[in-house]
Amino acid sequence: MQIDSAVPGTSHKLVMIGLVVLAAFFFMVDVLLGSVRIPFSEVVSIIFSGKSENTAWLFIIEKIRLPKAVTAVLVGCGLSVSGLQMQTLFRNPLAGPSELGITAGAGLGVAAVMLTAGSSTSIYAIRQLGISGSWLIIVMASLGSALVLSLILLIAGRIRDNVILLIVGVMIGTITISVISIWQYFSQPEQLQEYIMWTFGSLGGVVHYHLYVLSAVVIFGLLLAFVSSKALNALLLGENYARSMGLTVSRTRLMIMASTSLLTGSITAFCGPIGFIGIAIPHITRSLLGTSDHRILIPGTCLVGTVLMLICDIIAQMPGTQTVLPINVVTSLLGAPVVIWIIISRNNMRSSFS
Amino acid sequence: MSKSTSLLATRNLTIGYKSGNTTKVISENLNLTLEAGKMVCLLGPNGAGKSTLMRSLAGLQNVLSGDIRIEGELLSDLKPSDLAKKLSLVLTERIEAGNLTVQEVVTLGRTPYTGWLGNLSNYDRERINLALEATGIPEYKLRRIHQLSDGERQKVMLARALAQDTNIILLDEPTAHLDLPSRVEMMHLLHNLARKSNKAILLSTHELDLALQTADQLWLMKQGGEIATGVPEDLVLNGAFESAFAKKDFYFNRSSGTFSIQESTFPLNISLSGNQDLIFWTKRALEREEIGTLTDAVFRYHIDITETSSGIVWQLKWDENISMVTSLESLANELRVIKNAVTP
Repeated sequence: MQIDSAVPGTSHKLVMIGLVVLAAFFFMVDVLLGSVRIPFSEVVSIIFSGKSENTAWLFIIEKIRLPKAVTAVLVGCGLSVSGLQMQTLFRNPLAGPSELGITAGAGLGVAAVMLTAGSSTSIYAIRQLGISGSWLIIVMASLGSALVLSLILLIAGRIRDNVILLIVGVMIGTITISVISIWQYFSQPEQLQEYIMWTFGSLGGVVHYHLYVLSAVVIFGLLLAFVSSKALNALLLGENYARSMGLTVSRTRLMIMASTSLLTGSITAFCGPIGFIGIAIPHITRSLLGTSDHRILIPGTCLVGTVLMLICDIIAQMPGTQTVLPINVVTSLLGAPVVIWIIISRNNMRSSFS
Repeated sequence: MSKSTSLLATRNLTIGYKSGNTTKVISENLNLTLEAGKMVCLLGPNGAGKSTLMRSLAGLQNVLSGDIRIEGELLSDLKPSDLAKKLSLVLTERIEAGNLTVQEVVTLGRTPYTGWLGNLSNYDRERINLALEATGIPEYKLRRIHQLSDGERQKVMLARALAQDTNIILLDEPTAHLDLPSRVEMMHLLHNLARKSNKAILLSTHELDLALQTADQLWLMKQGGEIATGVPEDLVLNGAFESAFAKKDFYFNRSSGTFSIQESTFPLNISLSGNQDLIFWTKRALEREEIGTLTDAVFRYHIDITETSSGIVWQLKWDENISMVTSLESLANELRVIKNAVTP
């Protein structure tokens, strides 16, 4: 959709520029803050020139804080864009990767890798497998997501009711989690502890080639989503209209599923199940930009997702203390109220979805 | 007068549903044509299979046998993107993306013509503006769909179909949910569109009288799926209309072109005199009370209707009695008493 009138066009641009500035600002803040105090000027020089007299600071910034901030950006973009695509595909404001059990599906994929890996049954052990291991885990997690997604898509064809679909999603998520629980039941206590740590979610620990692999997959998924944006726009009018406008719905659906599964699968594999980002950010972006045009919404959700994920990460670090909160706790605390707001303010839901 | 060209034609078409091993035939052996510049209304009782036919013609549903040709090409051979340039749709389903502006929805109609990202050329913009103007909604351009009334929404969806720039437009019950003025407006709009832009327009509707007035051709679908086609007046005169909607206690009144409740011998007959309009409405009210009326005689019971400055007065005279009432409701009440007295 082309915005012809000058007014909405410029306001989109202004909001976008504002978001870029905010994203850059919070990225810097995220790198700046942490349990070790590093002066601002040093941080800037390390980021831009990669040099510092203090090797400990250099190590902290380059090996810990920068990868973590980059991971936050990837997670923010990936989860929110996959949520956006799902909301359009299902024509359901309550769709999202964690809500419909897609992250649980990815968790199942991760668990499957761990099961077949035998003794080294922990995510941290898998991470030690190196580049092939990281691909394996991404493939399995994406397949797990795709499995749940296609199951939900199959059921969604028969159900038009938003809330019922949500309940079905929760049920499928529960089934998936039960399967994982069986595996947990037969695991060693220390493995269990590590699994539980994984479910808390963590942006740290994605380093070296893992980060490159994750970046590559997330960028590919985002590109796939952006390429589908014309089709997503057509789908806004419903599948029958989309088909009458020349869209091959099955192919589009496959593209969207591939993108969503890759994004959710890869991120969940490395960072654990991170809730509420996928459902909440598309809504915030829609009301911020006042549009349903995916060519604007996809970059928009990326930026809003980046900003909010960085803020969540900053909060999770509890600035000024030595404690770090699990990221999933923070996103849930911020995201769940947004979902409640969506359900309560029927107006908001109606304006986008009816 | 340009030579009429057939844009859509079916040959020995059988439509219906197939699920597993069971096949449900809705309608068979259909040989229908849609011609350029004509508006065709598909009429039929509920459940006759109008929607199935529309869906089959639009390629949204597979046919059981026979073929559909769109501008000479087999529908089954057309790629979705090519079909989208020949045939557009307006469906009954409410669109759920109320957040979209009118302009955005109409712009979506250009989807078959734009590139991978959907950027518009100047020609695309021109077609969009033409579509907005043809439906009379350019001033709504920036309004959001959820701010519009049902009638306005329907016009937006029509504008979207027009922007798609196809020779054939199929509309599934475009007048449903609309009030009477909007219904009339929509039908005339479609009729003019067919004439001016030489498009073939097919719409399914329940508006018998409007369809009779505006359609160039009718497709009358009977309960069994049989379809009679022709000019509305022909179908009225050859009885196809009556047989399509045949139902107990209903009859098709050829002189007025409307359906009425079955006429029967009334226990009480009354003569009327007065202004034409007033007689018309009084007659209707009395028929509902099962009281027969006549205007060219004076019976024992006679009503004289006059319109005075203070309102309408019905003067009921019988034998030596005269009673005056100022509303049809009180007239009906009074006559009910009389009717009960005369009927054993």
